[in-house]
Amino acid sequence: MQLLEGEKELILACVDEVLSNNSKNRENLIPILQKVQVRLGYLPPLAMEKIAEGIKVPPADVYGLATFYNQFRLNPPGKHQVKVCLGTACYMAGGDITLESFERRMKIKESETSPDRLYSLERVACVGCCTMAPVVVVDEEVEGKVTPTRVDGIMLALNEENDKSNLEQEPEQGRMDSDELK
Amino acid sequence: MSSNNPLDLYRKMHDEAQARIKSKEDKPQVLIGTATCGVAAGALQVRDDFVREIEEKGLDAEVVEVGCIGHCYAEPLAIIAKPGFPPVCYGYLDEGLVHRLVEDFLGGDDPSYEYALAALERNDVFPTFEDFPRGIYEEKLILENCGFIDARDIDSYISREGYSALATALTQEPQAVLEEVKAANLRGRGGAGFPAGLKWEAAIKSGGNEKYVICNADEGDPGAFMDRSILESDPHLVIEGMILCAYAIGSQMGYLYIRAEYPRAVRHVQDAIDQARERGLLGSSILGTEFDFDLEIFQGSGAFVCGEATALISSMEGRMGMPQSRPPRLASRGFRGMPTVLNNVKTFAYVPLIIHHGAEWFKSIGTEESPGTAVFSLVGKVANTGLVEVPMGTSLRQLIYDVGGGLPGNRDFKAVQIGGPSGGCLPESALDVPIDFDSLHQAGAIMGSGGLVVMDQDDCMVAVSRYFLEFTQHESCGKCTFCRIGTKHMLDTLVDITQGKGDTETLGLLEELAEDVRDGSLCNLGRTAPNPILTTLRYFKDEYKAHIEEGRCPALVCRDLILYYIEPPKCSKLCNVCVGSCPTEAIFTREDGLKEIDQEKCVKCDNCRKACPTEYNAVVKLSPPVLPPQKEKAVK
Repeated sequence: MQLLEGEKELILACVDEVLSNNSKNRENLIPILQKVQVRLGYLPPLAMEKIAEGIKVPPADVYGLATFYNQFRLNPPGKHQVKVCLGTACYMAGGDITLESFERRMKIKESETSPDRLYSLERVACVGCCTMAPVVVVDEEVEGKVTPTRVDGIMLALNEENDKSNLEQEPEQGRMDSDELK
Repeated sequence: MSSNNPLDLYRKMHDEAQARIKSKEDKPQVLIGTATCGVAAGALQVRDDFVREIEEKGLDAEVVEVGCIGHCYAEPLAIIAKPGFPPVCYGYLDEGLVHRLVEDFLGGDDPSYEYALAALERNDVFPTFEDFPRGIYEEKLILENCGFIDARDIDSYISREGYSALATALTQEPQAVLEEVKAANLRGRGGAGFPAGLKWEAAIKSGGNEKYVICNADEGDPGAFMDRSILESDPHLVIEGMILCAYAIGSQMGYLYIRAEYPRAVRHVQDAIDQARERGLLGSSILGTEFDFDLEIFQGSGAFVCGEATALISSMEGRMGMPQSRPPRLASRGFRGMPTVLNNVKTFAYVPLIIHHGAEWFKSIGTEESPGTAVFSLVGKVANTGLVEVPMGTSLRQLIYDVGGGLPGNRDFKAVQIGGPSGGCLPESALDVPIDFDSLHQAGAIMGSGGLVVMDQDDCMVAVSRYFLEFTQHESCGKCTFCRIGTKHMLDTLVDITQGKGDTETLGLLEELAEDVRDGSLCNLGRTAPNPILTTLRYFKDEYKAHIEEGRCPALVCRDLILYYIEPPKCSKLCNVCVGSCPTEAIFTREDGLKEIDQEKCVKCDNCRKACPTEYNAVVKLSPPVLPPQKEKAVK
């Protein structure tokens, strides 16, 4: 995915900051990756290279970790993040149909981000509200009993919101809640 | 340093905590279940509604956030404790109900029993949870506090005798703690059921001064949330258990390996650690003794295989979570090469109770070989979903029909899936199997981490196996050939079957491969990955055969083997609901005014079937996917 203007500087500054606040040993590698991801929203290749340099491990090791663990994402999160639960209960209630409906409407596949970075789509293991299956999480809001019609409704609302904010300002990028992790 | 006895120090702390908590109980309290499940159902909104309503009415009442109350089917939940009334639990809360409860109960004297689920203390006016079938079978040990204490206030835990087990233990030799846990025959709740006492003893025998205690909270099963609920609702119980373990084996440092996907659990545990440290229950010279122990959280990054002990250690050391061959066991060479005790959240949670009440008490619950209780997250086609705790030895039938309230809408029971991706599907005939480590294993399932999914006639067993295989195949770490390639092949075969492909040999090959993967893998992920296939083949072979031989999915689930059809005699010309419901515009109006589905465009999303008004019920699923011959021609 293409870096946006000014994103490179942001990445370098963030990695520098995280590295200087943590002791640079192998045991800290996963926590460091987590902290960088919290700040940037994802792990761009540049960040992984810089971290590898800082901790003195081969970049392949860092990439290996980033792809081994489900938590790490290599694509930037979209402005609107949709997570479709495919835990056992949701799957049985048709979660895969919901996922397909989103794929159809967003024109991207699961775990991808749309080129304009407006939407990203993920599947998650279990949100923990199996009684409301099938469940999707739209920008941290949980929606229960989602049918394809509801998917259309959700997309309509998101599109409308985008049109509105487009008129007002450029979408913010790489927004994050930095108090999640220290 | 004072020369105080730890028990005296503890008593003082306990009395202060109790006085503080009691003073709060003089005024009405609203306890809201805000564990992740509650939050998902809208508990935070309910909390805000309560706060706002109480403020508007100018009432003197406190709103407290507690953990998981366990009756997930009725979320969002709240308990209202008003002096002079028994504490009452309300479910299905919304703004209107909150308004009414505040006005009538908090402001007035009407507890609005018509909206209550149950009372929590025996009384003469309203039944308690114990009066329902669920309450008769349920026995809450480690869930006792969940949903009733404020997880973020250590006094809430201490006032209920929390940390008294630790204080008692500190007056005795470490050996005494070990002996008690061994005598209780506490078996590890991570799934395999290895006796915790033996594990601890092995770590002691390994010698050395540097030892680690690690709590495995890497709950990765899709559909299981017991560990998360306990950490969110009663974190101090687990922490106390870990301190007791550390005291027994002589460890100074411990870690809680918690999934980063559980941010609420991480936050609650971190708060609990900080508060315990402040009170001198963690850190150096705990309760004035010479025993030092501290805890830290390590956030796991989400890999199912990291539930395996050696993989978890690799991941803590900054590597990919790949299992190692054992021995050496962790008890002799674990984290940083030092002796390490690794137990599940629930295992540690039992320890303070065993020390407090004694091994004999613990053994009086459950069965001889598996003493204690089992905690399940009960989900799927069952009326009362939620977090339940029953004594070992309870039968699956009692659990599903009495505790879970049976299947909703009088549907027929088909199977119950126990133990998540590593477990198996058991049929009706196995419902009388008692729940304990050994009996379940014999039936082909495992206790596992405790996910329990009930299925009815609308669930396809082949599709269920495929679902779990998709999961294990994705989560296989790739170290062992059988697991890496075998799970992929099994998955491909299952996908073929759900599409009606395959021949007479397919099932034999699938079974053979499943056995090979089981025997040829190093860790339990690979060894148990074929379980869903093996058990469904054992109990539901007919369903597999129907897919392969007849191209038919008996449960009407596998989408390649069904089609949607609008029955002309049932369809109403006056209704257009299905047309609007279709996301792909596949439904059109024929010349005679009836509706028809364009099979080319249909994505089989089930929307039209749900949308079709019940008085018509014109949309049906057909399997095998063959359209009935067109009887009536469009009238010209």
